[in-house]
Amino acid sequence: MDFLITLVNGLSLGGIYAMIALGYTMVYGIAKMLNFAHGDIIMVGGYTILLFLPINPVLAIVAAIVFCVIVGIVVEKCAYKPLRGSSPLAVLITAIGVSTLLQSLAQVLFGSAPKQQMVDLGALKIGELSIGYSTIITLVCSIAVMVALNLFVKYTKTGRAMVAVSEDKGAAQLMGINVNFIIMITFAIGSALAALAGLFYFLKIQTMTTTFGALPGIKAFTAAVIGGIGSIPGAMVGGLLLGVIECIAQSIPALSPYTDAIEFSILIIILLVKPTGLLGKKRREKV
Amino acid sequence: MSKFTSTFKSIKWKKYINYIAIAIVTIVLGALSMGGALPQSTLYLLEKIAISIILAVSLSLVVGFLGELSLGHAGFMCVGAYLGGKISAVIASTALGNGIVTLIISLIVGGICAGACGFIVGLPALRLKGDYLAIVTLAFGEIVKVIFQNSSEKSFGGPIGLPTPRFDKQYLFIVAFLVVLLTLAVIQNLIKSKHGRAITAIRDNEIAARATGINVTKYKLMGFIIAAVFAGFAGVLFSYSQNNVSSATFDYNYSIEILVMVVLGGMGSINGSIISATLITFLNVQLQNVLKGDLAVLKDLIYALILIVLVIYNNAPALKGFREKYNLRNLWHKIFKPKHDPAKVRDDAARWDVVPTKIAMDEVLSTDIVIDNVGDNSADIGERGGNK
Repeated sequence: MDFLITLVNGLSLGGIYAMIALGYTMVYGIAKMLNFAHGDIIMVGGYTILLFLPINPVLAIVAAIVFCVIVGIVVEKCAYKPLRGSSPLAVLITAIGVSTLLQSLAQVLFGSAPKQQMVDLGALKIGELSIGYSTIITLVCSIAVMVALNLFVKYTKTGRAMVAVSEDKGAAQLMGINVNFIIMITFAIGSALAALAGLFYFLKIQTMTTTFGALPGIKAFTAAVIGGIGSIPGAMVGGLLLGVIECIAQSIPALSPYTDAIEFSILIIILLVKPTGLLGKKRREKV
Repeated sequence: MSKFTSTFKSIKWKKYINYIAIAIVTIVLGALSMGGALPQSTLYLLEKIAISIILAVSLSLVVGFLGELSLGHAGFMCVGAYLGGKISAVIASTALGNGIVTLIISLIVGGICAGACGFIVGLPALRLKGDYLAIVTLAFGEIVKVIFQNSSEKSFGGPIGLPTPRFDKQYLFIVAFLVVLLTLAVIQNLIKSKHGRAITAIRDNEIAARATGINVTKYKLMGFIIAAVFAGFAGVLFSYSQNNVSSATFDYNYSIEILVMVVLGGMGSINGSIISATLITFLNVQLQNVLKGDLAVLKDLIYALILIVLVIYNNAPALKGFREKYNLRNLWHKIFKPKHDPAKVRDDAARWDVVPTKIAMDEVLSTDIVIDNVGDNSADIGERGGNK
């Protein structure tokens, strides 16, 4: 019975990771860059929710999504677009710079003291089992978002353009796809998902700090790499897997202090066995 | 006497300028310190600067010359700090006491342990590239941090941190600067040797390097291990300069700070790393005294902005013309050596893609396609093959 609860908790946490990992993986697939600042977009979302929560919960969610999308697009236009076509290392370092910038801006605006806001949605009781409603909502919403995203990528024109750009940017451009627009859309979707993830992660830990997004960001990044970065199903599988592993490790007293170390070790082992991740495609490299 | 002057002239002093500068600074400050003229805060600042230089120069071997992004440099430092600090505490309780021998032994132990970790991290580096490797080094740093954080109180102090033995403050920074000189001697000579050229060849094109018979495995591991050993040295010095070593210090942000030093100094430039490490550490320590509380974060804000602007300025394809026109080096030559203006000397052989020896492909395929430079796949047809 305890194991079942652990599993549900794990899947719910995994859903959060998967949503963030989707942002990483889509941006990687299309712009061929690691967006290190993605974790901090979650933090931006979290603070926006915290600001608007006293007014209206629904407004808070909408505001968080809109604001995150704006921040994501601005970051892409100002910091990443000028570097398109230069070395990957330069882009990566800029992304790290953006991450630090967002964190320190948040600290200037909101201070470094953690802000707490209790949100209790109650718990579902089935016999002896008791599962928080927030956990269930997180699980259901994350699955819904993943299904919606899959449908979007498969059946809409924009979604298929995204696939085309990720496969061959030059060819896609010759076919009349506006690559810059597609990259912008990708950042917008990724940031919207990050805002949702920020909401659910906030429901889970209920404390806001400026490094709120750092840990789930790194974990989700790990999840995306485990699943094979650039692959959308890979991010989902990796996220759910990582969430379940984390909750199982935390439920065993001897292992719980080492949870993070276990997760990162699994990442290293998977990469050593399969360097492109579980569902990643192998790329041929030309000289 | 004339023989002496001729040997004196034949030495290329420019090559050794950084050794000489650091040696002079060490001797002058060392003399001042022995006279008791330096306050405690200056000694602390000097130790910090030496540690930063060691870290920046060793990271620049991996990032600037080997071309792999390492986000776990603080992890290697952490290993050095904990193991070196522990060994010195153990030795200090024996007959050897708290002297220079203890410091040297702990430096060696810390360096070897960090080097062993460098070997372990270097192994995935053989199979992984770029972004994947960056995440593995990041994961390594986090794993090391978690392990030391959860160690028992008797072994490594656990969450409270490891208390470290003291070394005479007046002399510690001299030892630190001697380690800086050792770092420079090893890394600079390595880079200028055959091995160094192999390492830069791997950075420029791994497959081509492999095809010319360079042992990529060996050189990649070599780069990682050497960088890790020196990070370990820096860690041991760090544990000596602090009262207490806490694993929370060696987090992801510390690795980033070292990376910022390397990037600001210019990747692939050791002297640049030295200068930027000195400047950043100096500013860090000084700003810490000025900015208190929440304002302390303004420092990070400024660093982040400088980092972004500098990287975009140095790398953006759109700014290429501007960069070539207003290059510091070109300006320097214009002012001081007007005859040797490197901007005017163009080696045509190096720009074969603009020399009209072959049929201009653009004219043959005279369609009206305008291709933005979006990524590496979409370079001009005429340049294809030339830019990779």
